[in-house]
Amino acid sequence: MLRQPPEPPGPASAVDERPGPEESAASASRVLRFERAVRWCHHGTAVLMALCVGTALCLYVPGLAELAGRRWLMVTVHKWSGLLLPVPLLLGLASRALRADLRRLNRFGPHDRIWLRAAARARRPHPRPGEDWGVEAGKFNAGQKVFAAWTAGAVLVMTGTGLLMWFTGLAPLVWRTSATFVHDWLALALGIVLVGHVAMAVAHPEARAAMRTGKVDRAWARREHPLWDPSDEPPPRPWKR
Amino acid sequence: MLPHLPGPWTRAPSDGHGRGLGGALRTGTADDGSLTLSLTPWRGRRGRCSNRPVDTPKAPGAPADGEGSPVGRRLVLGMLGLGAAGLVSAPYLQRGTESALSAVSGKDPTGVTELLPNGGGFRYYSVASSVPHRNAGTYELRVGGLVEKPGRLTLDELRELPQQRIVRDVQCVTGWRVPSTAFEGVRLSDLLDAFGVRPEAGAVRFTCFDGIYSESLTLKQAMRDDVLVTLRMNDEPLSHSHGGPVRLYVAPMYFYKSAKWLSGIRLTREVQPGYWEKRGYAVDGWVGRSNGRDDAPTAA
Repeated sequence: MLRQPPEPPGPASAVDERPGPEESAASASRVLRFERAVRWCHHGTAVLMALCVGTALCLYVPGLAELAGRRWLMVTVHKWSGLLLPVPLLLGLASRALRADLRRLNRFGPHDRIWLRAAARARRPHPRPGEDWGVEAGKFNAGQKVFAAWTAGAVLVMTGTGLLMWFTGLAPLVWRTSATFVHDWLALALGIVLVGHVAMAVAHPEARAAMRTGKVDRAWARREHPLWDPSDEPPPRPWKR
Repeated sequence: MLPHLPGPWTRAPSDGHGRGLGGALRTGTADDGSLTLSLTPWRGRRGRCSNRPVDTPKAPGAPADGEGSPVGRRLVLGMLGLGAAGLVSAPYLQRGTESALSAVSGKDPTGVTELLPNGGGFRYYSVASSVPHRNAGTYELRVGGLVEKPGRLTLDELRELPQQRIVRDVQCVTGWRVPSTAFEGVRLSDLLDAFGVRPEAGAVRFTCFDGIYSESLTLKQAMRDDVLVTLRMNDEPLSHSHGGPVRLYVAPMYFYKSAKWLSGIRLTREVQPGYWEKRGYAVDGWVGRSNGRDDAPTAA
């Protein structure tokens, strides 16, 4: 089942940019992808992750350590940003929309298996822009689901091993040495995965717009996430408007 | 893989939440009204949509998004399991990665392996925001406190004093170790004798021209002959990033005791804890016998 090819840029997009009555038509063709709570959860997590990774680099890479110094400050920021990393998600659980998205990330249907097989065959985590693997995706494709789950698990392991190193009285010495080992190597893996995540965002402006404004182009949604029905999104509650 | 139990595919409970561990176990009511139980792995599962072919997932009234096996949850739990397995097997794995890295890092011209965990080599730690550079023209070492004749020494004056060379492993309290490193400089005990230690002095406090760092030794520790005011490392002048032009070197202790950018030596009555020691590190930082670590000692 092939998806529709991407629309060629042309007069249609030129019309979209012109102000006037067309504007309302253009905004009507945009559908809600990420509710406010979901976006804030993402941004909060992103800020904490940036702080955590940034300070980690300043503690670990010799050149950056020399440039930044301030070791005590770096250690403190690293520890607290790491410990608080799961908090935005936990707060976000109060939102129905976020819980619905978590459920979609958690559940894998038959189409996700096909997607993962295509990815394994192509030895790539996602199709090149413009390339079509001819596979279906829901609101999140299988690659995004695997990323979300793997990262969540990795963050929990990093938090656990980090706490073992922080509170040195918590466990015997051999545990602390082991925790350092796991923390160091998993940090490397997590760093590579995060670089991939950011690179993917850079390569997909529409996906980035979704996280920034909450809305995406309906045609894009139909093309990239054909199994996602935007009308499934819970309507905003009246007192939230 | 879990075995298939005989029985028809069943409609999942209407709330769609998987039952049992990982949602693999499902109960339902078949057409004939009998209660059925199916235990199925992800493979071949079609969730609630088992009654329609896979290739028409957009059939009206049967959205496929948000249904199926909770693979996400299994991945999270799997990562936690892997983390726990990593903790248990780390002592064995670490031996492997360290020997592999030390074999490679010697021949690696790019220096990338030094960035890997336990990739070998020194790590740069500084507690200050920036550290000024000092050279023979601007450097001076002040010696004061409970001494007979307080004074100061220039870099050239330090160079003219008798030099000692010690080759030992360097062990950091954060875990990295650099084998057989040569330190060369003036014995601290010679220096203290030259300035005359007053009888009431019991400890030595060290301060640094980074403006923040400090360290302390008991007078007995300071008088050991493997404690140097170091001017050269590995037969080259001490570089700025290694604490140059002058650093302390305390061979038998963790490397945080070997204060970089040394600029002041004060004799005191009692030990005044240094920078990291106020933050939980051991004052008597013997390698292998402090800070809850059991590294091989770096000096007898």
